[in-house]
Amino acid sequence: MVEHRRFGNLLPHLILLAGVIVVAFPVYLAIIASTHDNAVIANGQMPLYPGKQALATYWNTLVAGTGKTTREPVGGMMLSSFIMAVGIALGKIAISVISAYAIVFFSFPFRMTAFWTIFITLMLPVEVRIFPTYKITSDLHMLDSYSGLILPLIASATATLLFRQFFMTIPKELVEASKMDGAGPIRFFFDTLLPLSVTNIAALFVILFIYGWNQYLWPLLITTRDDMQTIVIGIKKIIDVHDALTEWSVAMATAVLAMLPPVAIVVLLQRLFVKGLIETEK
Amino acid sequence: MENRAIFSGKTLAYLLVLPQLAISLIFFYWPAAQALWQSFLVQDAFGLSTEFVWFENYVELLKTPEYYHAIGVSFAFSALVVFFSMTLGLLLAVMANQNIPGVQIYRTFLIIPYAVAPAVASAVFIFMFQPGLGMIARALQRSGIDWNPVLNGTHAMILVVIVAVWNQISYNFLFFLAGLQSIPKSVIEAAAIDGARPMRRFWTIVFPLLSPTTFFLIVINITYAFFNTLGIIDTATGGGPNGATATLVYKVFLDGKGGSDLGGSAAQSVILMIIVVVLTAIQFRYVEKKVHY
Repeated sequence: MVEHRRFGNLLPHLILLAGVIVVAFPVYLAIIASTHDNAVIANGQMPLYPGKQALATYWNTLVAGTGKTTREPVGGMMLSSFIMAVGIALGKIAISVISAYAIVFFSFPFRMTAFWTIFITLMLPVEVRIFPTYKITSDLHMLDSYSGLILPLIASATATLLFRQFFMTIPKELVEASKMDGAGPIRFFFDTLLPLSVTNIAALFVILFIYGWNQYLWPLLITTRDDMQTIVIGIKKIIDVHDALTEWSVAMATAVLAMLPPVAIVVLLQRLFVKGLIETEK
Repeated sequence: MENRAIFSGKTLAYLLVLPQLAISLIFFYWPAAQALWQSFLVQDAFGLSTEFVWFENYVELLKTPEYYHAIGVSFAFSALVVFFSMTLGLLLAVMANQNIPGVQIYRTFLIIPYAVAPAVASAVFIFMFQPGLGMIARALQRSGIDWNPVLNGTHAMILVVIVAVWNQISYNFLFFLAGLQSIPKSVIEAAAIDGARPMRRFWTIVFPLLSPTTFFLIVINITYAFFNTLGIIDTATGGGPNGATATLVYKVFLDGKGGSDLGGSAAQSVILMIIVVVLTAIQFRYVEKKVHY
């Protein structure tokens, strides 16, 4: 950094390498376990290199289902997870971008009331109001449905605040110019505002997709039918810590499949991810 | 927000805020109000009649030893998770902030845990720590430790803390790194010219300048440990053995699932809501002001 060091940069490299090993080892082990036979894993003799069962395990996990349980194949769970994650991300972005638009660019009675009503939802995560929310969802006949999985989770203000923040940085002259060209509020929104917001929307999508994909408590409560289950809650049913017959290769293959989409997004869209993460929490 | 409002179509404006307001009212305000209302009610055993009892549910709750136990578990769990995940995140961020080659590669690996669902992380760690077959469990047993998180409460707690710390490292790493990168290089160079060694520079200049980030992260990590770890606990230990890993949120979940004591469960929810509101208020008050010491 500032002064010359005798051992160069050995220390930072060693510490970062140790960090990477700690972080990556569990994931690596899960991948390895998904390629070995259950019997090899069960007697504790699993080697640290890949085995030969990968194809069979992933086929059983994704498509066929396995002998011991009558559970759903994981392929269908991944589809549920995907629909829920995309629904939450798109739904939240859609309602937030238009409400932030109204709050920043329009003058109307109760504008601040609307803003605070939305703002306060920032306060309570779904975990603390879970059973009353469950009851309402059930009264609305939304159990075991995608709308029931998605709608209660998009009732939060983070995205609205982010868009509001961003819209307020847009120079007034831009709006005036657009008005001079004869554009009304709807054309201004689609021709000027949305194109300017593309990066923000993409960054937010990345964060919200991960948030949606990784949900646990809500899908656990409101899905009763096997074909509505998401992969994150499906994994618990495969693992039984009291049961020596847990099919660990299938469990770890499921874990790998459950990590794959969000990890791929974070790694491939790293720049957007970091932007989204840091801006939504401000 | 003043003087920005430029369009005046009232109807359009209402239509634009309507979807979010409707969803907030139905799925946020209504359930929160119901929890509050139910916390003042007692239902008889058959669910036939309800009676308004003021704060009786809260008083009853505060008389049960299990509730205090859950408070203790929550605080121990949060303190451990906050301390370890922040210390490790800061250490890695300080290292990644040096001008060394390959930082991008390290960073890519270090952000992976953020993307892994708490329940999935839990599944993978159970596999490593499962007595008899897990790699780490076997290593512990070989070195003479009778490792068994299913029966031993301390072991169960260690297990869920490890999973939560692992899951949360990326977040702390990224925010500390962003905080470090916003500290002007000239300040640090000036200290170096005055003869301050790296460790001294860190504790007297860098760490104080990081205080807004640190403070923000403490609040965020407490919120995480309290509310987002339900998936970890439910998958790894189910709150057991004997409630050793049942945090306040997990207890709401367990008691509510049984469904026998609606008022008591609602009272627990309301207490949690108050905790979140206080945490959020602290966060806004101090983070907005950007504390410096």
